[in-house]
Amino acid sequence: MYVGKNVTRVDAYDKVTGRTKYTDDLCDKGAYIAKILHATIPNGRVVSIDVSKAEAIPGVVKVFTCFDVTEKHYFPTAGHPWSTDESHQDVADRLVLTDRVRFYGDDVAAVVAENEVAASQALRAIQVEYEEYPFVLDVREAMKDGAPQLHENYPNNILKHTSIRKGNYEEAIKEPGLTKVEGWYSTPTVQHCHIENFICTAEMVGDRIKVVTSTQIPHIVRRVVGQALGIPWGKIQVIKPYIGGGFGNKQDVLYEPLCAWLCMKLGGHLVKIDIPREDTFVSNRVRHAILSHIVSWVRPDGTYAARKLEAFSDQGAYASHGHSIVAKGMGCFPQLYPCDNVECDSYTVFTNKSVAGAMRGYGIPQAMWAVECHTEDVCAKMGLDPIEFRRKNLMPVGFTDPFSKNELYSDTFNQCITKGMEATDYLRKYKEYQNQTGDVRRGIGMAVFWYNTAVWPISLETSSCRMVLNQDGSLQVQLGETEIGQGADTAYTQMTADVVGVPLSDVHVVSCQDTDVTPFGTGAYASRQTYTAGFAIRQTGLLLKERILNYAHELTRMPVYNLDIINGKIVRITDGRELMSLGDLATEALYSLTHSEHITAESTSQIKSNAYSFGCTFAEVEVDIPLCKVKLLDIVNVHDAGTIINPALAEAQVHGGMSMGIGFGLSEKLLFDEKTGKPLNNNLLDYKLSTFMDHPRLRGYFVENPEPTSAFGTKALGEPPTCSVAPAIRNAVYQATGVAVDDAPVNPHILFRRFQEEGLI
Amino acid sequence: MSNQYKLVKCTINGKQVEKMVDVRASLTDMLRDDFRLTSVKKGCEVGECGACNVLINGEAFNSCIYLAVWADGKEILTLEGLAGPNGEISDIQQAFIDEAAVQCGFCTPGFIMSATELLNAHKEFSDDEIRKMLSGHLCRCTGYENIFRAVKKTMLRRLGKYAEADAV
Amino acid sequence: MYDMKALYEAESVAHAVQLLTEHPEAQIIAGGSDVLVQMREGKRAGKELVSIYMLDEMRGISYEDDGAIRIGSLTSFSHITKDPIIQKHINVLGEAVDMVGGPQIRNIGTIGGNTCNGVTSADSASTLFAWDAIIEITGPDGVRRIPIQDFYIKAGKVDLRPGELQTAIIIPKASYEGYQGHYIKYAMRNAMDIATTGCSVNVKLSADKKTMEDVRIAYGVAGPIPMRAVTAEAKAKGQPTTQAAVKAFAQAVLEDVHPRDSWRAAKDFREHIAVVLAERCLTESIRLSGGEIDE
Repeated sequence: MYVGKNVTRVDAYDKVTGRTKYTDDLCDKGAYIAKILHATIPNGRVVSIDVSKAEAIPGVVKVFTCFDVTEKHYFPTAGHPWSTDESHQDVADRLVLTDRVRFYGDDVAAVVAENEVAASQALRAIQVEYEEYPFVLDVREAMKDGAPQLHENYPNNILKHTSIRKGNYEEAIKEPGLTKVEGWYSTPTVQHCHIENFICTAEMVGDRIKVVTSTQIPHIVRRVVGQALGIPWGKIQVIKPYIGGGFGNKQDVLYEPLCAWLCMKLGGHLVKIDIPREDTFVSNRVRHAILSHIVSWVRPDGTYAARKLEAFSDQGAYASHGHSIVAKGMGCFPQLYPCDNVECDSYTVFTNKSVAGAMRGYGIPQAMWAVECHTEDVCAKMGLDPIEFRRKNLMPVGFTDPFSKNELYSDTFNQCITKGMEATDYLRKYKEYQNQTGDVRRGIGMAVFWYNTAVWPISLETSSCRMVLNQDGSLQVQLGETEIGQGADTAYTQMTADVVGVPLSDVHVVSCQDTDVTPFGTGAYASRQTYTAGFAIRQTGLLLKERILNYAHELTRMPVYNLDIINGKIVRITDGRELMSLGDLATEALYSLTHSEHITAESTSQIKSNAYSFGCTFAEVEVDIPLCKVKLLDIVNVHDAGTIINPALAEAQVHGGMSMGIGFGLSEKLLFDEKTGKPLNNNLLDYKLSTFMDHPRLRGYFVENPEPTSAFGTKALGEPPTCSVAPAIRNAVYQATGVAVDDAPVNPHILFRRFQEEGLI
Repeated sequence: MSNQYKLVKCTINGKQVEKMVDVRASLTDMLRDDFRLTSVKKGCEVGECGACNVLINGEAFNSCIYLAVWADGKEILTLEGLAGPNGEISDIQQAFIDEAAVQCGFCTPGFIMSATELLNAHKEFSDDEIRKMLSGHLCRCTGYENIFRAVKKTMLRRLGKYAEADAV
Repeated sequence: MYDMKALYEAESVAHAVQLLTEHPEAQIIAGGSDVLVQMREGKRAGKELVSIYMLDEMRGISYEDDGAIRIGSLTSFSHITKDPIIQKHINVLGEAVDMVGGPQIRNIGTIGGNTCNGVTSADSASTLFAWDAIIEITGPDGVRRIPIQDFYIKAGKVDLRPGELQTAIIIPKASYEGYQGHYIKYAMRNAMDIATTGCSVNVKLSADKKTMEDVRIAYGVAGPIPMRAVTAEAKAKGQPTTQAAVKAFAQAVLEDVHPRDSWRAAKDFREHIAVVLAERCLTESIRLSGGEIDE
């Protein structure tokens, strides 16, 4: 059996030798280079564009402007499964180029040139005349009456407002003896910073368009390109090669529609759009900044009588994933610390800023920042031990969410917390670090997180798989679920080998998705793939195995129920005799003069279940108070992601998520100029993504409670590692200094202000 | 302007080469476009991410901000040049595989080249020194942890410290 | 591919001067880590460049006849850090330039480029200010040498006349002999960052290590160009190595520094950090000199 083992990544050799081909490596050098002209105002309208100077530059093929977009096919961009129910469809508010500018960085024109230099020169030579409108950057300002309106039909810029009501909050708070704890918590706008920027190419082959793109979601890209161009979806072929990271940014359709549109306008000539890093920060997607207000009413025994959450999510200029993000964060609020009386309201609000979309954790890192900072504040105010409080109040074993039907089957939280405490020597350190004085102080803190797996029942969950048997008994496996660096192909290889009964080396997962030939799947998001693809792999593998054994029955005359495939051999299970190799069977099946059959299997699994995936972070810090600096000394994540398919790769996933969480908690923040709406630090120097020198050793641990609903016992792991890191660090800083920081990131700027306020400096 | 070219003679991955290059080209452009050495990646084009890193006369450089004409007379090593005469991969490449230090793989070539410079010093560096010597590369997938392990283990093994390497 | 009008490659310093004279619009490119980045941004797009990168005669560190330390302007940061002369006499300079960017940037970046671009955040500049460095400039009229304080005119502007290039940076023997120094780069990350504030201090103690005979302190990002904090220096000179004297020195820098508010950092925050860094740099410099801080 291979599941559960540290199998080497199937793509590692190519990646360490430089053989792996990414989109740019595949692009013919004769491609036209397209560059996008971005708006330099935050809100307004393009009055005119003068392209004469730009088009006169040698090497420039053509300049297209928003006024060339005469057929207005508005399209949505979120990498969500399509809904045939119109009311559940994503908001279609984008055009390939727009004259109505809604943020600094909006796409108003595109240059196509024979080379990079000409394209860059042309961009600088285009003259745009704008009519400027008042703009709004702050969510709560945007909600006020009279604020500049970004879109029609969304009064007060509210894209959506949803609520949860449970029990009776107003009555419950009248209970005598309650303590009110209230806080406002905010998270910053951050960006994914995958090292490969978004890039795509498009060319026409016959009357169809072939798009090669760095995406997480090739089948969704196909649909959206069709919608954006107003052409049948079958006319579009999308190819996804290896990609240099995505983290949710590439779970949006980005510039594939524009690239395809330009290609069509130019007679089908190959066009490449390679987004510069500066534009990746501004004109792709960012994480929603969310402001949360939590009020808790706590009984003297340390239980919750009533709780309230208001969350305001900064959508930026276009809907993209829209309300789903803050709604997911709100959804976990009544579950993580169940309470009989809860009121939640969440708002997703347009502002004249970069568009927010999916990013690793999908609203939960923001929610956990608010919830777990608040939990610590509750403990501080009530004089309660943070660990004991959590053990007492967290979701109990057996808890079932009536909507998703998710159930907590195991004592996950207690197991994870205990493991984290042991790994960090928490009890000793927590005691040692109480009541310190001096300039440099240490602290230890923790936070838990809630997560789930995949998108059912909010949206469709489906996965399709094809397995094709080769003459030598090896097989190709194809799935719409994509490798984006996380190791999906390796996990699929392990699963397939186990289900079919072949050696690992005989399983060839086709990494590249090509929508012309790859079975339908919606792609990499929602930490769904090992869970959802697992169903499709098991079902298809069993189907393939059945066909193989039926053929084996013909060849061996043994009844199918006495046969099995073990390590690539047809085995008679009654005595364990190897009757023939799978290779011999496959060769005979293909070339048989009596019964030729290409043995293949293909099936779709629709998944109507979902699974909780929980865990925690422990962080230890040293705070240099005069320098207003936090040094992270130790950090540990503990996860219950069910059965771990590949422990080494799972641990590596945890490291990466922790790293992203460290940046979110300590340093990363995309800034916008309040006077102009212009992004200020949209490059890798000024945007403070953690470097090699900003991390201690990262440690990830697992408790494995196999998920009963899952095909392989597995559940979400891709995103969860990012979710509880930032509040754990903040809580450690709180223990060290007695200063609670409610606005992430806990960087020197805010520590300076807070230490001043608290009289520490 | 009429395009300006210059003959560049250099050694790339052990092989003497000559090429007329556009003086406007970066070394990244030359290596990717003229020599199809696509391990040299573009992540920022301003020397901030390290994805385009190659060794020039044994020292690490971001080839995106290095003019191709400056390569004249230099010895250049890219990831493609690390394999042995029979195609066998180097110890550091193997360590990246074994330690699960590879995820999306886009930063990997640059990291391995900086690690190669570090390892070629044949010195035992402290953990902080290792981190510093690799700090010119950004990675969003790994949190640097397994890259650290791969480099440290290989450094110790090259120094004959096998037990210490296993304990990393 | 850079948007460059033409590239002229110098084969000697004299040739560089000739090329610069012939092409007065041309911009010098040394390592290129600033010039090429700006060219890509569009700021210097379409310009002519005179490349001096291949001039090995401008690389390396040596003693001059009078014992001064001569640093060729094209010497890369990493070579400065590794150099035995630097390590022996002004190790703090090696440490300071070892905090620039990351390793690849330190291999391409040159100390000449770091000073000629005239930015206040340059990690080498504050230390060079603190050590009273002399700038050697070669041009059509020969060689001239000026104090680094005169070399910086304003933000982004240094005293390079038409046809001139910076060829060396000199640390006079009187500046380094008997001094020990310390540099702290205050930044938001531990690598790949520019200084929020940089502080370089050096000190010369009396023979009994009890008195600060001389103290020099310079800052980056405390004003539009690197600067000395002269009030603080005067305050510390001749004082005993006591905590009170160190603190008084550190507080006094506020009379000299005048950082500005920007999105990178607030003025009051930078002022606060300037004081903390002054105290810590002087404390460490005294320690390196063999002194102790008395309570």
